[in-house]
Amino acid sequence: MSDKTISEMSEATATETAVEDNYETTNKGDYKIKLEAFEGPLDLLLYLIKKEEVNIYDIPIARITEQYLEYLTLMEELDIAVAGEFLVMAATLIHIKSRMLLPPDPNVAPESLEDPRQELVERLLEHQKYKQAASMLYSRSEVAQAVFTRAQIESDTQTPELSATVFDLLEIFKKVLERAKEQAEMEIARDEITMAEKMEEIHSLLKERDSLSIRELFEKARSKRELILTFLAVLELVKEAVIRLAQSETFGDITAFKRVAETRPDTEEISESGENLSQV
Amino acid sequence: MNLEELKKTLEALIFVSEEPLTLKQIKDILQDEDSDHIEFALKEFIFEFNGRDGGLEIRELAGGYRMSTRPELHETIRAFLKTLPSARLSLAALETLAVIAYKQPVTIPEIMEIRGTRSTSAIKTLLDRRLITAKGRKECVGRPMMYGTSKDFLIQFGLKDLTELPSIEDFEDLVG
Repeated sequence: MSDKTISEMSEATATETAVEDNYETTNKGDYKIKLEAFEGPLDLLLYLIKKEEVNIYDIPIARITEQYLEYLTLMEELDIAVAGEFLVMAATLIHIKSRMLLPPDPNVAPESLEDPRQELVERLLEHQKYKQAASMLYSRSEVAQAVFTRAQIESDTQTPELSATVFDLLEIFKKVLERAKEQAEMEIARDEITMAEKMEEIHSLLKERDSLSIRELFEKARSKRELILTFLAVLELVKEAVIRLAQSETFGDITAFKRVAETRPDTEEISESGENLSQV
Repeated sequence: MNLEELKKTLEALIFVSEEPLTLKQIKDILQDEDSDHIEFALKEFIFEFNGRDGGLEIRELAGGYRMSTRPELHETIRAFLKTLPSARLSLAALETLAVIAYKQPVTIPEIMEIRGTRSTSAIKTLLDRRLITAKGRKECVGRPMMYGTSKDFLIQFGLKDLTELPSIEDFEDLVG
């Protein structure tokens, strides 16, 4: 059920090891890299900083930029669509690198000179903090999931009809549609039934008993096509004055009765018109 | 009610309450009882109940009190109930949730600024699982939607309230 997400998570918790594996394989020149381990450019940068064992407050920007761009090339070679944010970060890195190369403004006091890397470092530190917070949340949820409360008692859901949300409804509607689709697929393999046959079936059913629930008739239909045929057959039978329909209350079930007083039109005519209609 | 009766009543109320039972709910039900008396009884009852080291415990959760099984028993209980732990959140969703929990109310562009990557599918997951809710719109250009954590978040992460989250600054030491 949750296999995918579990494996995702275990991958996430094992980022460290996965990342180390990446390193090894890249050294061998065997580019089987798990790039999805990087959640974004900041993640990739943090990984590079860790890998190179450099001080986050004093990043050798030229070296890191070079490595970062290497990864991007690798991603392209592997045909992985490089997300826009990775490119933005590449531009930022190059920009910082060029600013580092410029001689400092002689008119500005050395104390008030801002390190071009400052903003990036702050973002990295901020990002790192939230990564830690995420793993804290993870371990908290592990504990919270290990406790159980009492089972539901009846009063918890006094009005089950009303406790469903719009999303629940949509979910169910989607399922119904899917089921209908499945049934439609089955229809292909089955023998096609004509409207004439359907009319004959209804007719013979009415020979056995006096009345027939229309709903029951519809429920027997196993495909959309059969449903439509049933519906058309009923209409046709009414038109041909073979049956009569009655409904006891608004939105209530509709019952079909055989018309006894009148004469039945001959079956040939029915089947003919039936064929025509079923082709519509 | 004397103290013993009150403690019994509190135990029963906490037991039947589906959601964590708040002090306000207790006081609303036990209107005839003195408020301080209730608080004292509650404190004492919880102390005694948890002190007996049984299979159940009372925890303060999402601003209320809830009776639950002890975490160390989860394997046996799970085997009995034949349930699996619910699907875990992806790393992206957890990170997004962390940003929202600490920065709330926060907009999607602000989350993106911190995470350095787009978080739309993570936001959707969190909304679907009712861990976050929309908290109105920010009065700035584009009036983006702001998000914050929900009561379910507190319950699913075993938190009394948001102040129980460790300070985000505490994570700084771990950098490097």
